[in-house]
This record gives sequence, structure tokens and C-alpha cells, in this order.
Amino acid sequence: MSNRTLPVNIQGNHACALGAVAAGCRFYAGYPITPSSEVAERMSAELPKVGGIFIQMEDEIGSMGAIIGASMGGSKVMTATSGPGFSLKQENIGYAAMTETPCVVVNVMRGGPSTGMPTRPAQGDVMQARWGTHGDHPAIVLVPSSVKEVFDETVRAFNLAETLRTPVILLIDEVVGHLVETIALPKASELDLVDRKWADGPKKGFQPFAVTDDMVPPMPRPGDGYRAHFTGLTHDESGFPTQKPEKVAQAVGRILDKLERHRDLIESYEALQTDDAELLVVAYGITGRSARKAVAMARDKGLKAGLLRPITLWPFPEAALKEATKNARHVLVPEMNAGQLCYEVERICGTERIARLNRFDGEAISPAHILEKIEELA
Amino acid sequence: MTQRIKFYQTGTLAVGNRLLDEENRTVQSTPERNNSLTSGHRACQGCGEALGARYVVDVAMREAGNKLIAVNATGCLEVFSTPYPESSWRVPWIHSLFGNAPAVATGVAAALRAKGRVDTRVLAQGGDGGTVDIGFGCLSGMFERNDDVLYICYDNEAYMNTGVQRSGSTPPAARTATTPAMGQTKGNVFGQGKNAALIAMAHFIPYVATASVADLHDLEAKVAKAMGMSGARYIHVHVPCPLGWGSKPCDTIRLARLAVETGLFPLFEAEHGEITEVTPIRHKVPVEEYLRPQRRFAHLFGKSADTHVLAAIQQMADRNIENFGLSG
Repeated sequence: MSNRTLPVNIQGNHACALGAVAAGCRFYAGYPITPSSEVAERMSAELPKVGGIFIQMEDEIGSMGAIIGASMGGSKVMTATSGPGFSLKQENIGYAAMTETPCVVVNVMRGGPSTGMPTRPAQGDVMQARWGTHGDHPAIVLVPSSVKEVFDETVRAFNLAETLRTPVILLIDEVVGHLVETIALPKASELDLVDRKWADGPKKGFQPFAVTDDMVPPMPRPGDGYRAHFTGLTHDESGFPTQKPEKVAQAVGRILDKLERHRDLIESYEALQTDDAELLVVAYGITGRSARKAVAMARDKGLKAGLLRPITLWPFPEAALKEATKNARHVLVPEMNAGQLCYEVERICGTERIARLNRFDGEAISPAHILEKIEELA
Repeated sequence: MTQRIKFYQTGTLAVGNRLLDEENRTVQSTPERNNSLTSGHRACQGCGEALGARYVVDVAMREAGNKLIAVNATGCLEVFSTPYPESSWRVPWIHSLFGNAPAVATGVAAALRAKGRVDTRVLAQGGDGGTVDIGFGCLSGMFERNDDVLYICYDNEAYMNTGVQRSGSTPPAARTATTPAMGQTKGNVFGQGKNAALIAMAHFIPYVATASVADLHDLEAKVAKAMGMSGARYIHVHVPCPLGWGSKPCDTIRLARLAVETGLFPLFEAEHGEITEVTPIRHKVPVEEYLRPQRRFAHLFGKSADTHVLAAIQQMADRNIENFGLSG
């Protein structure tokens, strides 16, 4: 990666693979599924060059299990999939959250539900990415909207996963995954990479899930001599299963609190002309780019439109939305689904101001379509 | 005339200037045929799977007295045969998911039994990915319970529908999108594929067979035999894929035949875990002849070729011939 300075012409899925390798990913386990297969294909070519390991597993569940194992073994890890595969991975994602195992899971969204439309775009997995696995669990979900942003957010996904010891989900819609754009790849030296906090204290009496100041316990690295027990059962600081109410509340509370305390690190968004916006568009992924264009067109027509484009979808950048909507009479949420993120926006802004623009027919939402809705509301 | 005629040796009615007996003719369309997988689908030219499925389902329909329900895992077969107006099935047909066809078929068979409609038979089919990888747990469960389903695996040795990624059935050294021909070990480096037929036998189910589109009479006979039995039955059909193998569409039957004649794809039948019949190889062919026309093995030939890889594949073939007693 080190000397790559020339602009390259690549698709989003390949940018994801290159971003992962640049971020230090050295293990990838995957399973073919449209429209994400290019991530696996690129990883199979890139990882051997840097001494990493690529494994094609026998199914989606196996892929997810393999990256968890490899992460516990000390590697930075990733897998990629699409809707049906993402559904299959859910139990393991919960296990990664519970055992605090860093990993990056890419979901290149296609039309659903079920087999749906493998080659058509959608943004229907927004709520699944937040609530797909059972039980109360933390979820970091990033949603890039350009090829360059796919690269950058993939790097950031690894940094967040390693810093916070939690699974990070990268939601890419099919349009962005297959979009080819010219981007300048950063040099390795330009990237801020974070490594996991490894346990280095006394081995005697080591508590693998101790409550620390930042709520992220250092991870015992295999071979370093620490004794640690990993389990998906609810466990106390020692790592062993417990059903004591106060210990359970502390354990589950901590993995949720871990994210709340680091919102500044996790939250990312683009705010465009929001200061005086009377109509705010909240859009993400490829829809966010259509919305950017639509807002510019609306401004040309003298309409006071603005855009808030969350790059972090979960936890949702709540304060930014409150700030951006302080003058807004209308909040428009265009999404390539039947209405999912609009519920979160409603929760924050109240239902009165919300307008929806939904499309779930396998086509992206165009700037003209959003502009039409803006003009209708204005 | 008693000698069986291989399909590839025939035109429609004759071999050379010799008119064939009626049962040996390979007329593709007669009024008696069901054409359950009928024309108009959008499989690639030279698709082995389309050919195999057409013969399998027609025989199954005939043997079931036209009372058949087919379950189909996600894969090429489902994709090329279903989008309207290219839908091609003339049989009650269910598209399940990628990994659950055996379980869905189990449910269909159980419902028919509960309703007392045991004369309606159930066929499940999938590609090698859906069978030996993601659907394997469900398949093993179906075998273990001995559910009354005939399961057909059409093995084209990779995930062709998603763009040619390796599967558990991909042969060693084959180049796929996820096993590029680069680095120290070029192409697929994992083991020697998963022999689903032998694993099926280990469940001691009533019938297991391997078949090839190179010998459609043999394929038809095996399906007919399987349909004459009840319980879990498994047939593994070798179906070349010009797209994924990088071969000429006109070479599909030739390659399927060479896979058998090299010993790389042994044809056999087994009942209750014991091999009962093997198809001997009359003219043994070196593996090179089979591998060379396929671009997925191109790195095994030419100046920088690894001769030991070729030798290792030859060893696999020789071992098959010995283990299955294939030498004619």
C-alpha cells in the first residue's frame, strides 16, 4: 500500500477490500453472495501479498465464526455479505458483541426480504443492522456514500472495532458497492491506525472483563500467559457465567455504556447548509448523494433546504440532528426502503415535521425525485 | 441389439448407417416426454446443468406417474429457469433458500404422508454449493431421518451463479474468482474436494449414485432406479460449466466424458452404504487431456507450469480407479 499515490479507478467493493488491508486486516473469511462477492474476490488476491489469510468458508455462519476465532487469535478481521447472509450471521454478531471480539462485518445491501433482488439496490437492512441479533446489544453501523468514503469508513470501522472491542457493521448499498469512481488512495503513513488494547498487567488475578475507566477491558492476547474464559453466556468480570442480577446488569450495562461514552469517537455525519435550513433532508448512502444534489438545486430555486447525511447510522448522531433541525419546519427522510430510519428521526424530532420519501422497487432515488418532494413541502 | 449405446455416439436415430432400436434412440422431443424443464430458459450455451436437470426431472416425472413436486435450492438452475417469461418448469416447483432445500423437501414429503398422498413423490435439487456447503447440514439431517426424498446435486464444481467462486466441490488447482492462479500455490489449494456421494453413503441411505451428462442413458436409468425406492436417495450429477471452467460450449459432453474416463469422476451406485455397481473405464485417458481444454487449469500448462501439480491430479485419478475398481 505504501507507495500508492496515483488516483485509481475502482468500485466500492474493491475500495472496501483495499481499505481493510490498509487498516491492517490480515484475516478474511467469506462466502459468495451477490452483490458483495467482489470484496471477497479482491481480498483473496490482496491478502496473500501482505502475509494475510483468506478463507472461503462453507457458509455464512462459518464465515462469521471464523473471523471471530481469528480475532480472538489476535488478528484484525473482516467478512462481507449481503442481506440473506447477514441474516444468517446474526447469532454470531451477538456472540462477538457479548464476548467483545473486534470484527468488521460488511453488508452490501440488496433488495429484500428473503432472496429478494440480488442485483438491485436497497437500504432495507438499516433496522436489522441495529437490532438483528437478539437481546440488548451495542451496535456500531457505518454507511458510506461514495467509493472514497467506503475506503475511509472501512479504515474507521477497523479502528472503532479495535478501540471499543465490538463488532462494527459497514452498510453499503449495492449502488455504492458497484459504483466505479476515481479516488486517490492515501499513503500508509497518512492513515491513523489503532491497535487493540492488549492486556499487559499482572497475570495473577487477571480479570478479562474488568470494569475500566473507558469501559473497554484490555484483551488477553493468546500466548501471553493470561488465563481467560470466553463465553456467550452472560458473564461477570472473571469471564465465567453468572446469573446474579447485579452482575448481569453490570455486564450488559457496560457493553451498552461502552458505546454511549464514546459517541464523539463513533458519530460522523455531513451537515450541509443546515444553519438556516427550513427544510432538512436526512439521507444516507447513495440516497445521501442524490439528496446533496437535490438540496443544491432547491437552493438555486431560493428554497432554504439543508442536508444532514449521517455517516454513522447507529448510534444515530442525535445531537447533530437536533442542531440541524432547530429552524426546520419540515424534515424529509428519503430512503430506499418502506421507512426505517424515519422512525429514529421521528423519535428525535417528533412526528409532526416528518415527511417520508420511500422507494423499494430496486431503483435508487434520484435528485429530481427528492427536489419534487422538497418543492411540494415548501 | 443388446449393446448399450452411449448418448454421445448417437445422432437422433442412428449410429453411423445403423438404425437404432427404439429404446436407444436419443430423440430429444417425443410426445411422451414431459419436458418438465422445457425450452426458452436462459442457461448459457453448453450448460451441463440444464441438460442434466432436463433428463433427471423428466424421468422422475415419468416414474412418479406425473405426480411430482420439485424443490430447488438457490443457484444457476433456479436463476436461469424462473424469471418470467423465461420460466421453464412444467412441474409443481418450489424455490427454497440457498441452504434449506433438503429441509423444505422433508416438510413437503411429511405433509404428503400426513395427507395420505404417498403416491406423490418429492424431488429436491441444488448445485454443488447449495448441496455440499451451505445446505450440507440440512442434507445430512434428511439422510439421517431417511425422509422420502430424492435429492439431486448438479455439480459444476464452483459457485457459478455468483461469478465463479470456489466451493467445497472445486477440484484442486482450479482457478476461481476466490482462488486466483497466483502466488506459490496457484488456484484452489484446499484438500481434494468434498465427496458428497461417499458421505451420503455413510448415512446408509437406500440409494446413492454418481452420474454424468456424458451418459444420459445411465443418468436416466439411475434416476428411474432411485424413483423405484423409498426413503432418502442421493444422485450426484457431474455437469460441466463452460462459463466457469473456461471451456468451449461444444465441449461440455466431451469434458464430462473425459472426467469419467480419466477416473476423476467415478460412476458408481451404492445401496445401504455398500457399492453395488461401478462403470468400468474401458479406455483410460491421462488427466492432462481433461484439464488442458479448461482455462481454469491453464496455469498447469505452458512454460512456467508446475508439473508436480499435474502429477498429483493424475495420482488422484489413479487412486479413484484403484479404490473403486474401475479398470475395465
